[in-house]
Amino acid sequence: MTNVIKLSAADLSGLLVERSISSVEVTQAHLDQIAAVDTGVHAFLHVAGEAALAAAARVDARRAAGEVLGPLAGVPIAIKDVLATIDMPSTAGSKILEGWIPPYDATVVRRVRDAGLILLGKTNMDEFAMGSSTEFSAYGPTHNPWDYDRIPGGSGGGSAAAVSSFEAPLALGSDTGGSIRQPAAVTGSVGVKPTYGGVSRYGSIALASSLDQVGPVTRTVLDAALLHDVIGGHDPLDSTSLTDTWPSMAAAARAGLADGALTGVRVGVIKELSGDGFQAGVAQRFTETLTLLSAAGAEIVEISAPSFEYAIAAYYLILPAEASSNLARFDSVRFGIRVNPEDGPLTSERVMAATRDAGFGPEVKRRIILGTYALSAGYYDAYYGSAQKVRTLIQRDFDAAFSKVDVLVSPSAPTTAFKFGEKMADPMAMYLNDVTTIPANLAGVPGMSLPMGLAPEDGLPVGLQIMAPAKMDARLYSFGAAVEALLEASWGHTLLSRAPELARREMFAGTATSTAFTSTEGAV
Amino acid sequence: MKKAELMDYDKALELFEPVLGFEVHVELNTKTKMFCGCANEFGQGANTNTCPTCLGLPGGLPQVNAKAIESSIRLGLALGCEIAEYSRFARKNYFYPDTAKNFQTSQYDEPIAFNGQLTIELESGRLVTVDIERAHMEDDAGKLTHVGGATGRIQGADYSLVDYNRGGVPLVEIVTQMIEGGEADSPEIGRTYVAAIREIVKALGVSNARMEEGNVRCDANVSLRPRGSNVLGTRTETKNVNSLRSVERAVRYEIQRQAALLHAGGTITQETRHWHEDTGITSAGRPKSDADDYRYFPEPDLVPVAPSREWVEELRATLPEPPAARRKRLQAEWGFANLEFQDVVNSDLLDVVEATIAAGAAAQAARKWWTGEVARLANASGVSADSLVQPAQVAALIELVVAGTLTDRLARQVLEGVIGGEGTPLEVVESRGLAVVSDDGALIAAIDEALAAQPDVLAKIRDGKVQAAGAVIGAVMKAMRGQADAARVRELVLERAGAAE
Ligand SMILES: [Zn+2]
Repeated sequence: MTNVIKLSAADLSGLLVERSISSVEVTQAHLDQIAAVDTGVHAFLHVAGEAALAAAARVDARRAAGEVLGPLAGVPIAIKDVLATIDMPSTAGSKILEGWIPPYDATVVRRVRDAGLILLGKTNMDEFAMGSSTEFSAYGPTHNPWDYDRIPGGSGGGSAAAVSSFEAPLALGSDTGGSIRQPAAVTGSVGVKPTYGGVSRYGSIALASSLDQVGPVTRTVLDAALLHDVIGGHDPLDSTSLTDTWPSMAAAARAGLADGALTGVRVGVIKELSGDGFQAGVAQRFTETLTLLSAAGAEIVEISAPSFEYAIAAYYLILPAEASSNLARFDSVRFGIRVNPEDGPLTSERVMAATRDAGFGPEVKRRIILGTYALSAGYYDAYYGSAQKVRTLIQRDFDAAFSKVDVLVSPSAPTTAFKFGEKMADPMAMYLNDVTTIPANLAGVPGMSLPMGLAPEDGLPVGLQIMAPAKMDARLYSFGAAVEALLEASWGHTLLSRAPELARREMFAGTATSTAFTSTEGAV
Repeated sequence: MKKAELMDYDKALELFEPVLGFEVHVELNTKTKMFCGCANEFGQGANTNTCPTCLGLPGGLPQVNAKAIESSIRLGLALGCEIAEYSRFARKNYFYPDTAKNFQTSQYDEPIAFNGQLTIELESGRLVTVDIERAHMEDDAGKLTHVGGATGRIQGADYSLVDYNRGGVPLVEIVTQMIEGGEADSPEIGRTYVAAIREIVKALGVSNARMEEGNVRCDANVSLRPRGSNVLGTRTETKNVNSLRSVERAVRYEIQRQAALLHAGGTITQETRHWHEDTGITSAGRPKSDADDYRYFPEPDLVPVAPSREWVEELRATLPEPPAARRKRLQAEWGFANLEFQDVVNSDLLDVVEATIAAGAAAQAARKWWTGEVARLANASGVSADSLVQPAQVAALIELVVAGTLTDRLARQVLEGVIGGEGTPLEVVESRGLAVVSDDGALIAAIDEALAAQPDVLAKIRDGKVQAAGAVIGAVMKAMRGQADAARVRELVLERAGAAE
């Protein structure tokens, strides 16, 4: 049999359903891969090997008993540490939650369990999802499987690295300003931020409530669609959850593989998300993709979205404002670590302050201060108020654009994976990395990133971002699946098949270095 | 804490004009909390009615209680408010351990109800119209218990315990506009206003309205304006005023305290003050300024509340008769004197008296029984009168008295039996054998015996001094062990003595 870990979730599903492989075997194979490579990758903060194998055995037993289970039953999945899990620590990458095991499951986690998926463990992230590189994780950064010296994107670098290093076929992420899509782009994987309200946020440790959205992190568009079908849909525990009935995303993805699926599709290219500031190889792969789309019958239309220029400014007011309030609950009273001040009286105020000082990292503190300031009396209108107006303008830009085109496309990120430390000293440079992904969060529209090649200058993955109108997630999947097939046909292989073979080593055998893998920098 | 320098009340009013404002928090009696499915009830073990949402755990999210919205709209309507077409929750950010999320989910510039009016009637008959600025929804905080230290306050405590059972309980906060022109009536206005709110929420059935349990809580704002000035004085906000009488006392105290301070050349600190029920004073709490920055912003976890006009009108149709109008109507219908009626109202017996009359009792008899014997027994056992016995039973008891089956004295024994769970009044009469002896034969025998034993009395009666009959009647009643109708005994005594009235 081919290497199990290289199979897509859809393929694993086929094998599991026909019982030519057991979930225990599939789960064990992935646990072995984690043991072999995660010392280098550091995608996981927690691996639940025994629980995973036990869950896999239960799925196998049910299938053996003739029970008909959902398509992903028995398929392993990695969970971003921002999601509450009743049986695993949930730290959101922060020291302040070190060791905290929630008394409940996030709705998406419960849905994944109910669908019979096997939870392998929790993946690394920038603290409270604040960052684009995982360098702000309190538990050390995750390394990009394509180059251990480079960032895997963030905040969901752990989930993206887990799927792109074949430690898991599927993962869950959360996307506030690109935390699913940008890591997908720089690791050569697929990531989807659903329509705001399409997937429950209950149990997702909030960064910015009006922007956060949980979504799938996978290696193929169809896998993302299958996972979306499991986690999506109304949840009464999330008041912002939409009550719409959703079409099957998997069916939409499969429809995208039909002949002529791209014929006549109007594809908008956002003028403001191209040109200056984009790495040459990124721009080149994007142009080539447009050419391919055009050749396949799509109509390429240039679209202007003038308000996008203000998106980053608005985002970095709204996000810190909401975050400063969402993070107020980390006060040592009910959960998490407690740190007493070194001297002086032990008042609740002083213990709170000492705990927050010790428990929060520098980026979290920076954003809490920014947000507190932006909400202050006398500044509210100028900052938070203005940012909300920009948000409305951006929504109007999207409305205008979608009156002309079916989908919008752009590079998912301005550059390929940058090196560790490159942007740590300059928060603005780090923030600008999200320029392409932020507008979708501000407007609540769905967005997807899928691989569109390797940048010639560094041999690193480049992502294509696709955006659709709100609630039209199915369109993302059909169009995305068509583009994926088109690109892979042009390459003759999948992008991740070009990823370097990671050195297999036992856990704890040593620290990773950039020489721990063999580079296979090939022209794609 | 020592009592502050106080100025004589009349003198204070001579020099200053009191300006009032009230914030009344009403705890709604919904089955579940404002933003989660936890039970909204007291008396459970600490932190048992909690979940990730009301404990503010990471990842918890609020869901709005539709019944709380309904109750808030009905309350708003009863206060004559407009109901917002579009209303939003907002976060009020501040750190305190009783507030699990370290923000309160409240409403800021888009409250559910606003621009209302409530007219109250003072004991003098003076009518005062209080303008209601707004009534908004919010969630309650948990309960802190400070352990150690002498005062039970946080200062000096060794540690504090937090019970989040109350955290997330739905509240409606009713905020008045400034009340000017209250003058010497100001303390009474405070009491009467809060009583009116309490009466309204009770009539609506939206709250248990028990002040002693904190269902209705009042913050009283008081400031003084020097006569002849049009500049408002600095106000204090006295919290923790949890009985009607305390509202009155606290307002009066603050007027006297502030007047003394201002007159002596001092300044009023803008602050919250604590009311001490036991000593009847207020003490300084937290300094508060208009610059207090709660960093309000619209709650992103909740969608706006946009009640349809149809629904609002449907709810308007469910409003009960306004309590003040109802009182006027009932007093007229029952023909009670002002004092009699006030007695019923102040003893919180309006509903049961009304029900007793509806069950067939005469109005005066119903009043007399409830404010008399039932209230006395309730008082003795420390419970509320309406929890002791059903209006239907009291009506049945009264009926037995009217029919002559029971004397008042026997009826009191029967009432005790009913309260003791021995059954209906009739059942108690039978089981205890308490019916009036109506067999005239037995009575006549007793009367003749008594008359024979007191020949001097007999002579007086025959001389026309009928009041002398009292001694014989007493002896007969004693002989009958009280189980005789005194009126009938009197009739028979006179008859047997051969006297005519
Ligand atoms: Zn709760």
